[in-house]
Amino acid sequence: MTDQTATPKSFEPVPTAPPRSQWADVWRQFRRHKGALFGGGFLVFITLAVLIGPYLWTVDPQKLNIRFKDIRPIYTALWDGDAKVNWAHPLGSDNLGRDILANLLSGGRASMAVGWAAMVISVVIGTVIGVVAGYFKRLDGLFMRFTDLVLSLPILPLLLVAVTLFRQPLRKNFGPETGMFILIVAIIGITSWMQTARIVRGEVLALKEREFILAARSIGTKPFKIITRHLLPNVLSPIMVSATLGLATAIITESALSFLGVGFPSDFPTWGKLLSDAVPRMEEFPERVVLPGLMISLTVLSVNYIGDGLRDALDPRIRGR
Amino acid sequence: MKFKSLTVGSVLALSMATMGQAERGSDGHVNVIYWQAPSILNPFLSGGTKDVEASSLVIEPLGRYDQDGALVPYLAEEIPTVANGGVSEDLTSITWKLKEGLKWSDGTPVTSADVKFTAEYCMHPEGGCAQATFFDGVVSVEAIDELTTKVTFNQPKPNPYGPFMGGQSPIIQAAQFADCLGAKAPECTEANFNPIGTGPFRVTDFRPNDVIQMEANPHYRDAAKPAFATLTLKGGGDAAAAGRAVLETGEFDYAWNLQLAPDVIAKMAEGGKGKPIAAFGSLVERLEMNLTDPSPELDADTRATRKAPHPILSDLKVRKALSMAIDRELLVEVGYGQAGRPTCNLVPAPKVFASPNTDCLTQDIEGAKALLEEAGWTDTDGDGVRDKDGKKLALLYQTSTNAVRQDFQALIKQWWSEIGVETELRNIDASVFFGGDPGSPDTFQKFYADVEMYANNFNGTDPQQYLAAYRCGGEPKPESQWQGENINRFCDPAYDALIDKLANTGDLNERGKLGIQMNEMLTKDTYTIVPLVDRGRVSAHSNTLGGVVLNTWDSELWNAADWYRTE
Repeated sequence: MTDQTATPKSFEPVPTAPPRSQWADVWRQFRRHKGALFGGGFLVFITLAVLIGPYLWTVDPQKLNIRFKDIRPIYTALWDGDAKVNWAHPLGSDNLGRDILANLLSGGRASMAVGWAAMVISVVIGTVIGVVAGYFKRLDGLFMRFTDLVLSLPILPLLLVAVTLFRQPLRKNFGPETGMFILIVAIIGITSWMQTARIVRGEVLALKEREFILAARSIGTKPFKIITRHLLPNVLSPIMVSATLGLATAIITESALSFLGVGFPSDFPTWGKLLSDAVPRMEEFPERVVLPGLMISLTVLSVNYIGDGLRDALDPRIRGR
Repeated sequence: MKFKSLTVGSVLALSMATMGQAERGSDGHVNVIYWQAPSILNPFLSGGTKDVEASSLVIEPLGRYDQDGALVPYLAEEIPTVANGGVSEDLTSITWKLKEGLKWSDGTPVTSADVKFTAEYCMHPEGGCAQATFFDGVVSVEAIDELTTKVTFNQPKPNPYGPFMGGQSPIIQAAQFADCLGAKAPECTEANFNPIGTGPFRVTDFRPNDVIQMEANPHYRDAAKPAFATLTLKGGGDAAAAGRAVLETGEFDYAWNLQLAPDVIAKMAEGGKGKPIAAFGSLVERLEMNLTDPSPELDADTRATRKAPHPILSDLKVRKALSMAIDRELLVEVGYGQAGRPTCNLVPAPKVFASPNTDCLTQDIEGAKALLEEAGWTDTDGDGVRDKDGKKLALLYQTSTNAVRQDFQALIKQWWSEIGVETELRNIDASVFFGGDPGSPDTFQKFYADVEMYANNFNGTDPQQYLAAYRCGGEPKPESQWQGENINRFCDPAYDALIDKLANTGDLNERGKLGIQMNEMLTKDTYTIVPLVDRGRVSAHSNTLGGVVLNTWDSELWNAADWYRTE
């Protein structure tokens, strides 16, 4: 022991930097993508805002106050001194006097929750189907034809039918809002996994012919182990990318549904609903369209940038260049 | 008698207004814009309002409805009634007498042969007349002498003013349309585009779906009218553009039917070139209370049928409290502005059928709370929602998807929460909600909700058919494929007796009394129907156009002969 510590010099080369883990490398690469970094920051910010915001800004988003209707956002006072503004409603109020800030926060909760939940469902389904179809040749034809079948289903009409069929039982068991949440998440989830499945299958098809898989198989590794140990880590990057895209799609689909007036009850705010409610008065009160629209756009954009950054960061061939 | 005094009154009022301009054609040119363009000037070949109204400048009926829905003689000497002998005692015939000395715009005299011909034209079996319903039940139309025409019906008609009354049933010239009977009707382009009429104007140039040029009719029966020598009726565009053309730019003098949000119209009116005017018909936005249980736990044959009474809304006190909590003034302000007014009536007009009931107009939250307490609904668990025997006072409130309706839902939900009623809102796409598909659970007929909101009205000025819809047994039910008009599943033998009585009563005042009584049975006595807003129609005229009286019972251009220039 003492000998070793006493040894002042070693002739063996000692790594000067501490050993780098794979994830640290990924992070370093990710940091170099400015867009992704901003996107990530914004996504964290918006997620925290909708999670914690309603506790800080405690105005009830559904509370009507007709005397304080049609208040403009506080910033309009900068160029229009006569504008009706009020610090009690920093982003203004709608035509029935509902606070827009409170609505944006609680609407964001619903939209983000739908987005994340539907994304998780679609990624899980897509990955399972993709890996199984790619690895087991016998199941390939069956699974991929099924994927084509689902891909050809138009999602909006399907949703309308599903809403008609399942609204009542779900409402009875879970209440109107949770019931609708389950329905929307489930439908978006099970109709948007196909791209993920196709991409994953393609990657797996290429990977399973590589030498390291052959080596693994030759020492008797079971298919399940091969998949979890060798295949999944290698297809992680396309999965992550399609997951981020899936989140964006889910938020947009929910907005479209709310915009069409099917979906959540009419007094339950979501970004899409705020947007559609504001359209008839967008000439006079542009902020009511712009604010939720901006929220949707920025969230989707930031998620797309994160996907872009992740793709670069997770690919060892690009990383470090 | 009532008719006569009313008509004399309104004619006097109108002639007073035009006293200053006592010369035909002295006021030059007038521009009218219809954002739906007229495509034909023969209302018997088109049901479109735009065509009916455009043609009303040229061809006229024997009598019209005025702005209150009262009957005014036009080509007729007077409106026939049982009292003046014009309608037979048994209500099976009506005898019209033309004014003397009437001339068509080509100078030939108007006779009872023209009236008889008009009936033949529309009742021709091969004709496909768009206004055939006005001639329902007509057995014969006879010309008794030069000026007198007798219409006979196949059964007693308490309301015999179908044929030859109102803009949809004007008199056309026999000579011009003689070769246009039956299947040949649409081929007579010249006659359909340039009808010879008795109205204040005659067509000089007609471009279908675009512009109509007209000039004053030299043979119009009042030598001093119309005040305008020429008229342009421009068609096309949209309601917003038409509104701007009159209110903001002043290019046009009159714009028809501006279906726009109140704040949008108000914004346009700030232009200062004209003013929007509103008139009211019978369209009422209302809440319908479901008297049957829509619970999804019931089987399909029982759910929302009279076999299962509603567990909450069967109690009159609850229905009344729900109505009392609503501030109708505020609803009007938010949703309709000038185009609406608060009402407590299912039949808000015409005057003779309108109940004077205004009980519901003041919001009374405390009274509503007291009423619910009295009915046994108390908040025992302190969660802000009343309950009784372990059941919460929670309602599902549905309507069609429409910005104004969702605002109404939000407001009403808030008021109901103040009195301790929990409300779940639901909106359904209008094409599904009003679609009537018996397979869909979301139609307004099926009423799988506790409360629903929509608007409805009746055609013409007589609400008999409208009120008869609430007959016991007329409700939508599985056996009738969910078709039926008694949406609330209302059932009262006393009401049914009144329906039968109304169908056999000819005297208008008597009919009015019955109508009011039935209206009150549905609204203020039982709160089965909770009316909210009497919805009107908004048009606009320029500041320099005088004499405009907006009329929802007949053509909007019904009194174009009385229009004049104020400056």
